[in-house]
Amino acid sequence: MVRDTNKHFKFDWITIILFFLLVGFGWLNIMSASHTGTDLNYFDFSQPFGKQLVFIFLTFGLVILLLAIDAKFYERFSSVIYIVSMLSLVGLFLFGKTVNGATSWYAIGGMTLQPSEFAKTATALAVAKYVSDLNTNINSFKDQIRTFVIILIPALLVLLQNDTGSTIVYGAFFFVLYREGLPKYYLSIGVSIILLSVLSLKFGAIKTSIIALLFLIGFHFLSKKRLRIFQSIFILLVSIAISFGVKFFYQSILKPHQQDRISLWLRLEKDPQKLEQMKRTFAYNLNESEKAISSGGFTGKGFMEGTRTTGKFVPEQHTDYIFSTVGEEWGFLGSAFVVIVFVLLLLRILHLAELQKSQFSRVYGYGVASIIFIHFFINIGMVMGLIPTIGIPLPMFSYGGSGLWAFTILIFIFVKLDSNRINEW
Amino acid sequence: MRQFLLFISIIAVGLLFLSRLFYLQVYDSNNYSLFEDNAIRKVYDYPKRGFVYDRNGKLLVANQPSYDVMVIPREVEPLDTIEFCSLLKIDKEQFKKKYKKARRYSPRLPSVFVSHLSKEDYAVLQEKMRKYDGFYIQKRSLRSYETTIGANVLGDIGEVNNAIIRKDPYYKMGDLIGKQGVEASYEKILRGVKGIKFIQKDRFNRNIGPYKEGKFDTIPEQGKDITITIDAELQAYGELLMQNKRGGVIAIEPSSGEILAMVAAPTYDPNILVGRGRSKNFTKLYNDSIAKPLFNRSLQGVYEPGSPFKLMNALIALQENVLTPEETVTCYAGYKYGNRFMKCHCNRGTRNNMTGGIQRSCNAYFATTYRKILDKSGSASEGIDTWSKHAKSFGLGNFLGYDLKVGQKGRIPDRAYYKRIYPRTFYSTYTISNAIGQGEVATTPIQLANMIAAIANRGYYFTPHIIKNIKGETLPEQFTKPKYTSIDKANFEPVIEGMLQVYKKGTASSLQVKDIEICGKTGTVENFVKIDSVKTQLTDHSIFVAFAPKDNPKIAIAVFVENGYWGSRFAGKVASLMIERHIKGHTTRKDLEEWLLKHTLENEYAKPYSGEPFKINGYTTLQIVEEQEYYRLKKELNRINNTEN
Repeated sequence: MVRDTNKHFKFDWITIILFFLLVGFGWLNIMSASHTGTDLNYFDFSQPFGKQLVFIFLTFGLVILLLAIDAKFYERFSSVIYIVSMLSLVGLFLFGKTVNGATSWYAIGGMTLQPSEFAKTATALAVAKYVSDLNTNINSFKDQIRTFVIILIPALLVLLQNDTGSTIVYGAFFFVLYREGLPKYYLSIGVSIILLSVLSLKFGAIKTSIIALLFLIGFHFLSKKRLRIFQSIFILLVSIAISFGVKFFYQSILKPHQQDRISLWLRLEKDPQKLEQMKRTFAYNLNESEKAISSGGFTGKGFMEGTRTTGKFVPEQHTDYIFSTVGEEWGFLGSAFVVIVFVLLLLRILHLAELQKSQFSRVYGYGVASIIFIHFFINIGMVMGLIPTIGIPLPMFSYGGSGLWAFTILIFIFVKLDSNRINEW
Repeated sequence: MRQFLLFISIIAVGLLFLSRLFYLQVYDSNNYSLFEDNAIRKVYDYPKRGFVYDRNGKLLVANQPSYDVMVIPREVEPLDTIEFCSLLKIDKEQFKKKYKKARRYSPRLPSVFVSHLSKEDYAVLQEKMRKYDGFYIQKRSLRSYETTIGANVLGDIGEVNNAIIRKDPYYKMGDLIGKQGVEASYEKILRGVKGIKFIQKDRFNRNIGPYKEGKFDTIPEQGKDITITIDAELQAYGELLMQNKRGGVIAIEPSSGEILAMVAAPTYDPNILVGRGRSKNFTKLYNDSIAKPLFNRSLQGVYEPGSPFKLMNALIALQENVLTPEETVTCYAGYKYGNRFMKCHCNRGTRNNMTGGIQRSCNAYFATTYRKILDKSGSASEGIDTWSKHAKSFGLGNFLGYDLKVGQKGRIPDRAYYKRIYPRTFYSTYTISNAIGQGEVATTPIQLANMIAAIANRGYYFTPHIIKNIKGETLPEQFTKPKYTSIDKANFEPVIEGMLQVYKKGTASSLQVKDIEICGKTGTVENFVKIDSVKTQLTDHSIFVAFAPKDNPKIAIAVFVENGYWGSRFAGKVASLMIERHIKGHTTRKDLEEWLLKHTLENEYAKPYSGEPFKINGYTTLQIVEEQEYYRLKKELNRINNTEN
């Protein structure tokens, strides 16, 4: 794929083709999900699909610009980009516009801009820059803390703006840091906490504590790498603390609508009346989107033929729930196609990242793959009812200029970095 | 190892999504159907149900509008049930029951919630219907009977049940279907084909326009009008004469097989099975297990035919050449066979030829005749088969194939039948009761009327039918092609002569009608019921068959009056009057009319249920109707007479 003779063809065309494949297919589905009436004007710019078409055209300019800039620029200016991005997030508290409860937008003229979308790219750059610094040793506790701070600043800022979905995305950097040598016990601790939380919510703190105890006893006798007895007891006590703490966290810190989403996901709610009420509110989206996907069957109902899409049964279908349109109109074939294209794109980026000779490019590439992966996992998982409802767009697919451009920037910086790896000796 | 964590996660999530998609879209997904899609509203357009006219063009059944409240359970939102119930005039319990029933049928598909709203209720409800998500009003058309007669002929329409829906997907919950009578027989012609509109809904359940510009919509096809063979005047007259009696009357036009009148008594006013009272009234009729108003006695009543069956034996005897019409048999006030004796009304020593035998209904004559038929070849078993074959060629012993849904086979026994009863030996005397139409022989009134039509035609009949004309269609061949009996034409004349003498000098001489040559035969049939598992004899049935005029017959009739004691007492009068009325258009025998209206058999029917010992036949007294009832009937008679002119 990489040809040395012609400079323009050094870019990884597989990534670029997969990217535009998703953008193009995404647009078709936005059109299906948002058009009204029978006479269809593709250039009706008052409609989402018309606007999205403009965004896509502007994307081409953006891509050319990104690829024209010298690769070294991104590394050199990553700190500046990060600081500007953080300031733009802070600025939201003063000038931000609130939509759907989240103060995440700047209103400029008739347009809105969502800085949190771009903050992910900025953070990825900053993390890459910091981790690849020769003075940074990821195994040292001090540097770990500093890295965490770089990640936690934007995460906390978006959390304060009521954008829980975007906050969770910053968890993606765990994959990056783990790849770069973060000690293994972080993985064990992370997985244990998630397991304990889910078990504790589902089966109660006492049962979870007993499970933890049995697990540790088993581990103690069966594993070659024996823990000392007081270590085991310490882990057990922490586990018990987490088990009980989760309950407290769930009940006192999470907002009621977040509690509901989790309780629906874990099937905790037994009160039929409450369930009915859930079904009419937020679970309605989930229910309708699952039904829409299911009704598509193997081959789907055909482009612009989805009865549920036409009837606007799934709210927010052109943004977060865009995948349900794919499911209904393109069926299993189309949906599987989208999933496979995403997986190929992710694996391609991952593969390229591993090929990078500079650590900065590799860390950044990992960051790109991880961020897109988390979006992909949470969005489609949510639309199909596999994970609790979390509002987060499907990259390249969902309607929205900020999102599209943010992902364009995220990916094409990497494409540029990758094209330059030959000069990275 | 470290570089594989993300790699494995991506692959794992990819596979997880693919399997979830497979589960949702392939494994768990039913084949997509527009009818199942709750994003598409299905609105049915019910066509006008065809009208029913009588043979003279009188409108019998038309339509009237009705409004049903429909429900789609899945779309129902919490509502003010108290207000809603009061609008619908139901209570909360009923509401719950109806809702549950609809839900059980299907949460997605519409069911009828409350049917047949009155116009006033509809007007009030229509205003407020917006407030109740998942409910809507559907207009449909109900039957409107322009007459009070012919319930058993016209039948009724009612809601389809689950069994019908499963069998025929055309019908949806709440659709109407013909249940009895011509409504059931000609359901497909009368109902037409309903149209359907597919309408795209949005998530607020609002219509946002036709689905695909109405590409799949169909327009309703109107039901066709039908004309039936019934003469409404004659039917009304017959029903009036049969009031306060039980039994059946069938009148057939021999030259076409058209059923002129089909009376089942007791009957009911078809209007009571329309609208909201329907289920209550139907239950009442259905639960009347004594009078059985829903039981169509003229089609379903299986009786021993009695003496009219002697005509059949006479015909078979002539066809088989076992005697000549002139041959006489001496009656000894009965017939002695072995050490048993069959009584007869003849004076001792009467010598009857065939005409005399029929005229006096001589049991000895026919016992002799019957034995001659069976013993012709020397084997009674062969004889009974021959006898059975001839009788069956008249349409007896099997379904006639007429175009009404209910009926009975009756019974004409043959060798195989008796083989089970008498496995070893079989002699003609074993079944001697068949000679006089009792014993194992059983017929329905319509079979007997058809037999008389075949006699009137001298050897053939048309399958009796109720349909005269369907707009734009021809009648099926089975109703227009004559069916020939196994008796030669010449053999009918002596029998017909005998039937004529029945009127002239015989058992029906008191029923003569001026200027009409009627050929008839009386019947008096012993009958038994089981009361507390004890076989108990009741007063004899009164049976009469006749056709008229003798040459070029216009009507053949069979009348059964349960427990009427003897043939000419009730049945003969009804038959004579109906024949006169059909041929002349009016009646001269006002005395017979008067007598029939005045007398009731209700006390006779009450006896077996009284729980007390009772007397029958000659030991009974005939009951006179109450004055009020008499005047009602009289008024009814005047009404019928007046409308005719």
